Amino acid sequence: MTLTTESLKKIEREVAKYPADQKQSAVMSALRITQQEKGWLSNDTIQFVADYLGMPRIAAYEVATFYNMYHTQPLGKYKLMICTNLPCRLTWQHDIAAYLQNKLGIGFGETTEDGKYTLIEGECMGACGDAPVMIVNAHRMCSFMTPEKVDQLLSELEQP
Amino acid sequence: MTEKVILNTLDYPEPGTLANYERTGGYQALKKILAEKITSEAIITEVKASGLRGRGGAGFPTGLKWSFIPRHFKGVKYIVCNSDEGEPGTFKDRDILRYNPHSVIEGMLIAGYTLDAQTGYNYIHGEIWREYELFEQALDDARAAGLLGKNILGSDFSFELYAHHGFGAYICGEETALLESIEGKKGQPRFKPPFPASFGLYGRPTVINNTETFANIPYIVRNGGQKFLELGKPNNGGTKLFSVSGPVNKPGNYEVPLGLPFTELLQMAGGMREGRKLKAVIPGGSSVPLLPAEIMMQCTMDYDSLAKAGSMLGAGSVILIDDSVCMVRALERLSYFYFEESCGQCTPCREGAGWLYRVVQRIERGQGRPEDLDLLIDVSKNIGGRTICGLGDAAATPVQSFIQHFRSEFEHHIEHKRCVDGCH
Ligand SMILES: Cc1cc2nc3c(=O)[nH]c(=O)nc-3n(C[C@H](O)[C@H](O)[C@H](O)COP(=O)(O)O)c2cc1C
Ligand code: FES
Repeated sequence: MTLTTESLKKIEREVAKYPADQKQSAVMSALRITQQEKGWLSNDTIQFVADYLGMPRIAAYEVATFYNMYHTQPLGKYKLMICTNLPCRLTWQHDIAAYLQNKLGIGFGETTEDGKYTLIEGECMGACGDAPVMIVNAHRMCSFMTPEKVDQLLSELEQP
Repeated sequence: MTEKVILNTLDYPEPGTLANYERTGGYQALKKILAEKITSEAIITEVKASGLRGRGGAGFPTGLKWSFIPRHFKGVKYIVCNSDEGEPGTFKDRDILRYNPHSVIEGMLIAGYTLDAQTGYNYIHGEIWREYELFEQALDDARAAGLLGKNILGSDFSFELYAHHGFGAYICGEETALLESIEGKKGQPRFKPPFPASFGLYGRPTVINNTETFANIPYIVRNGGQKFLELGKPNNGGTKLFSVSGPVNKPGNYEVPLGLPFTELLQMAGGMREGRKLKAVIPGGSSVPLLPAEIMMQCTMDYDSLAKAGSMLGAGSVILIDDSVCMVRALERLSYFYFEESCGQCTPCREGAGWLYRVVQRIERGQGRPEDLDLLIDVSKNIGGRTICGLGDAAATPVQSFIQHFRSEFEHHIEHKRCVDGCH
């Protein structure tokens, strides 16, 4: 298991935020950065991060499985997380969750056959005023979604 | 137009920049403190006089909280900001971070100076990645301007500040779970006491406040506590950001004086969408009791009025529910949230939240039994007050208040196995 120097540099930048004897504090960032590079967190990846930060492997594994946005299973290339919590549902004018399920032919927790998309049911993203909101691959929030904007997004993701 | 304390940079094309913050009086408070060597006692006195109460949900007086920190203890201390907002209905800290990040930085700097702490962390909700990056940019800008780091503005005060992100765990908004999370652990709340003021981050004395709480501090130091207090009403000082969601024409954040009538806030948010009639309101985020529209229409938006009406101001997250909404289905979604987000540490919360969800779900699916409503109340009463943190109570509250105010809808569901006509 190796990481690109770019990822390692990003992790080093995080480590520097904490006291020298508290490298473990960087585990959340390190797991995020490695997930971004690898797509998901395998046991090997988690062990690498744990060893790198000098923390028990089980403690890194606990973190990877406690927080919802880490994925310890391989999923689609694009993970589409849609907020379905109450304030969003009350505010939105379009049910984009149903629209996406229909369009991609999959339900929440499922991946399209070509391995491209996984739909994930999300909890409140702290952006209820922008409903409907969704997040692509944990980093990109899309606000005020409509069926047209979903179509646009998907065609953008289809570009090679 | 009433004066704004936090969302006062919105008229500029790029509201969040250092230059725009300085245009609105930004960093004057810090400069004054450093130049005049104002004492911590004097700052705490102003914060107490302002009547500022924690904006993260519990409404604890900020000045009092700061006075618990052992100021003359010479070891390492920390200032932590809670930007982990994930309580359904709450989206104000995100706007503060993108439109006025420097108000938070200056607020934390002043806290650091007052409590003689050298380091701070801002814990930002993992879902709002763009705002996390914007905040890091604001930190870089502050550092480059000599406002952060060693010997700030040539004084002997040094303070470093960093951003730390969450990654999808509502529980990390609870202050001790948040501290565990910064320490690189799963976010399970700590037993209190000891409180963070004596045993916080890495076991050191720590002050932890909400983003909006910190963002108010520069104004208070610049203009005096009394001026801030007078923006609101006694015991409810200042302005407050209200996050309005639901079927209104203009959902979003509104910064208004505490004590504003609810009806005026509703008007500012553009009123209800055409054809929708207000049925009920959750005035402070999903964890506070719901109120029927008739009661809500009489309330003013402040801690005391909402408490008197049987609810809470919470984080100022105003969720509007209209008469097309099935209360059983709405409660089912909220109950699922608490079940999903319970950290699993305390049995009453872990098991109870799942139990509540499953019973509400079976009522929603037309499989409810006549005794289910009493069962729900009974289970919810056995969670509240029996857990390490407030998430258990938060799971119980919607169940109790939805059934209290809309019992007939639940009974209809149980008897007729479907919604009251016109709901969905
Ligand atoms: C389950 C739970 C979730 C919470 N979520 C948040 C949150 O997202 N943001 C926040 O500021 N406070 C949250 N709190 C309250 C914090 O524990 C704490 O009281 C607050 O950050 C203190 O800051 P304040 O005094 O400035 O309000 C939460 C509490 C509980 C029990
Ligand atoms: S409920 Fe969807 S972002 Fe808050």
